[in-house]
Amino acid sequence: MNQGDDHGHDHGENPGGNHRMSHGGNHRENHGEDHRESRRVNHRMDRGGNVRVNQGTEHVNRMDAIRGGSRPVDHNARSIAALAANPACDRRAVLDAAGIDKDRTVAHLGYASRFGQSPFAITRTQEFKSIVKAHGGAHVLRLLREVLGLAVEEAGYHDAADVGGDSGHGVRHRHTAAVLNAAAQDPADAATLIDHPLLKLGVAGYDVYLEPDVIAFQAARRFHVVAIKSFAIIDGQADTGKVSAAAREAAVYVHAMRDLFARLGLDPERVSHDVVLICPKDFTNFPTACLLDVRLQLEALRRQLERLTRIDTILDRLPPDLSLDLCLDGDTPTRPVSELTAAVSAIPARYAPECLAACEMAYFCREEARACGSLEAIGRSVRDDLGGVDSVRTAIELIGGASPPPEEHAAIAERLRFVRRIFDEVVA
Amino acid sequence: MSLLRSFLAVRAVRDGRAQPAATVRHAHLSAEPLVFVPLRMAGESAAPLAAMVGASRSDARLLVVENPRNRDQRFAFMAELAEIIVPYIQKYAAQMETVEGRSAYERCLDAPQILVPNPGGLAFTRLIGRSTRFRATEGPHAVAPLVPLLGRWLTFLHERSEFAGSAILLAVTDLLAEHWVTGLSGAEAGNLAAQLAWIDPPGGLTGPQAALLAEDPLRSPPAGPDTDPGFDTHVLKPLLDGPPVPARLREALRGQLEPTWELMWRAVELLRAVPDAGGVAARWERDRTMLARQHAWIAEGGLPPGRWDSAVAAARRLAALEGAQQSYEAGKAFDDPLVMAEHRAEGAAFAGLVTDVDADRKIIPPGGKRAVARPLVTVRTADPVRFPPGRKLLSPARPKQGTVLVSATDGVVVLQVNSGMTKDATLPAPGETVCYTDLDPAGVRRPSLPDAAETPWTHGGPPAEYVPTDEDAQEAWS
Ligand code: SF4
Repeated sequence: MNQGDDHGHDHGENPGGNHRMSHGGNHRENHGEDHRESRRVNHRMDRGGNVRVNQGTEHVNRMDAIRGGSRPVDHNARSIAALAANPACDRRAVLDAAGIDKDRTVAHLGYASRFGQSPFAITRTQEFKSIVKAHGGAHVLRLLREVLGLAVEEAGYHDAADVGGDSGHGVRHRHTAAVLNAAAQDPADAATLIDHPLLKLGVAGYDVYLEPDVIAFQAARRFHVVAIKSFAIIDGQADTGKVSAAAREAAVYVHAMRDLFARLGLDPERVSHDVVLICPKDFTNFPTACLLDVRLQLEALRRQLERLTRIDTILDRLPPDLSLDLCLDGDTPTRPVSELTAAVSAIPARYAPECLAACEMAYFCREEARACGSLEAIGRSVRDDLGGVDSVRTAIELIGGASPPPEEHAAIAERLRFVRRIFDEVVA
Repeated sequence: MSLLRSFLAVRAVRDGRAQPAATVRHAHLSAEPLVFVPLRMAGESAAPLAAMVGASRSDARLLVVENPRNRDQRFAFMAELAEIIVPYIQKYAAQMETVEGRSAYERCLDAPQILVPNPGGLAFTRLIGRSTRFRATEGPHAVAPLVPLLGRWLTFLHERSEFAGSAILLAVTDLLAEHWVTGLSGAEAGNLAAQLAWIDPPGGLTGPQAALLAEDPLRSPPAGPDTDPGFDTHVLKPLLDGPPVPARLREALRGQLEPTWELMWRAVELLRAVPDAGGVAARWERDRTMLARQHAWIAEGGLPPGRWDSAVAAARRLAALEGAQQSYEAGKAFDDPLVMAEHRAEGAAFAGLVTDVDADRKIIPPGGKRAVARPLVTVRTADPVRFPPGRKLLSPARPKQGTVLVSATDGVVVLQVNSGMTKDATLPAPGETVCYTDLDPAGVRRPSLPDAAETPWTHGGPPAEYVPTDEDAQEAWS
């Protein structure tokens, strides 16, 4: 499985096709030397993805200790959306809260993460985005008129990223806030497009900046998040998996925007839970749009973010000296693999096959789950069918029926023995 | 999953090997299936990159789009594909027989069968059909004459494939998962190599060991239509970005496709070794009839199906799909005791021993005047019986004999035989092992929907027939 490593997955973790993210990935590889320098210098400064905010809370210190010498990884809307993928898993909660680089960690543990994205897909996404945004967002305005039923003829256009030079995230975020605030407060504002809004979100005590991948649009006093994706809507239908991924991501932006509104003293409900999704129409590059209701995704996200702020209760159950430090020497992890394995294993996980599509740690956790005979590793439905039984070994014992089953398994044991009887009858 | 399949999954993990979930093969398998392994350009919805296609293991045709970003080359690829697939289909479509009966109809003597690796292959086949069926063969964006025909046939095959029991276009991973249970979860079983590793591990390895190796994209490149991102980055991109080297490109893509090609034929071998189920022939006849109809429709100059179904057509289709699903499920259970066991485990069937038969019983049915024969059959069973009195039940041994449950207490079930007692029909005999279920291979009768032409005005009136426009014919492809 290791061969997959140097071949398959080390180009970012971002099937969503975020330009910035994959740049970040390459950057590490290509200019490791310089970047490391600036990283160290800037660690506490206003630059890069996650900057520690001086909240002085105990668990933030603990998180720093768990992560050790490495810099916390950047989050983007996709990675934040994925936080909610397996809310029952403590391991994922701790790794994400501490800003652990899961991709690298799992590679060092000897497993592929298989979250690679084809360079062709990345190029295609970029191409489509620039088509949509060409001519001051003419397409965007046309589509917004269509899906939102608006009569606006024109809209103001602001690029929130346009603050000159190499400004840090903090500066750009303040600029975004100012532009949004101005549009929101101006009763005469008919319609405004705000491109590249850099938003901020509190994740487990850290302020995380969201790489701008959307446009914020105001009309009729209401704001909408506009997400541009390069998968096609063909005859009004699109790939369900991709649409739900887009909805989860867009929900992160809606959440962050509402958060910002609350901080600005504006009504958060002015940010609509209906997101505008722009995609290529049929087999063309011509943009088309639809509305996505992301209320469910918002709710799931809200719950998981809340859970991450209560991370202390999970931390209390972990060994006090827990460290997931990769002990980077330059770019090379030097932490003994067995030590790191033990450390990761000390955080309880809740592996299910769904992890394979949602979490970089999946192949590690799957191996661990299989080794201890987890039924859930074969699928949640198997575990549900065998209601209450959680290991393959227990299931086999109940099927065998050699000894009387424990009280709590009596019902399923009887059903399993019945299944075994009819199965034997048939194959005999 | 059902309890029985979960039980088999546990056994598969215990034994490190897949467990058969069927005693017979429920899908028809052609003597000459056409294996089709298409690859798509990453990031595109329907742009082909390459395909391996052919009707025998030794006859693999490799098709490659040398510059996937070039529209003309895509259509050249479609033309090449059409020259393989269209004659393969037409060879079957052209040979018909007339089936005599109350109303005689045409049926093809045999039908084509296209096998793709996985559900993604099915979806991509549909998109290839969608992107080619409206193309014009003259005018500004003319394509080769066979291209729109390819589109129509692929569209037809895909539409048929959505009906359970049709075998005209199948995904091999689905077929394998129907007949074997592995220790893989649903998502993992979409990996053809991994699933085959559990079913038929190479010498010296257990299923899970072999599956681990099979998951490595360097050993078993993905079975498509999506390529391995690593391959795209390290092999494909440099080849496409540099000066054209068609021979190297072909070899690289051959390397991605050939392992899947071999797996596909291995799967065909494994499936061939399983004997046909009783209902296979009748279901295949249905495919043959539908093929004859489609052939006639195209020959008469009928239009290709539109981009959308009208509301009524969509509702009818949905009802038809559900009906097909139910009768397929039931037919499988009637043909295969292992599938019936699955239903027994869920309480949808029971088996037992006939203890008593009252063959001469006559009653006057409610509202009737004359006494009619309504024999009673008593069955002793150890299965839990969850049917209420009055439930209509059938038995695979006498599928024409309609019965109704009279009572079920303490493992003693009394059934009344209501119909199907023709002269040569037999009643169950004491001492016979029987099985009864409420599944019905004839399907469930449901209220029929109005004909499309009679759509009430409240629902927009009869839908206009979809007529492809010039825009369809020249639809931009970028
Ligand atoms: S892969 Fe592991 S860490 Fe990630 S969510 Fe699943 S169990 Fe948790």
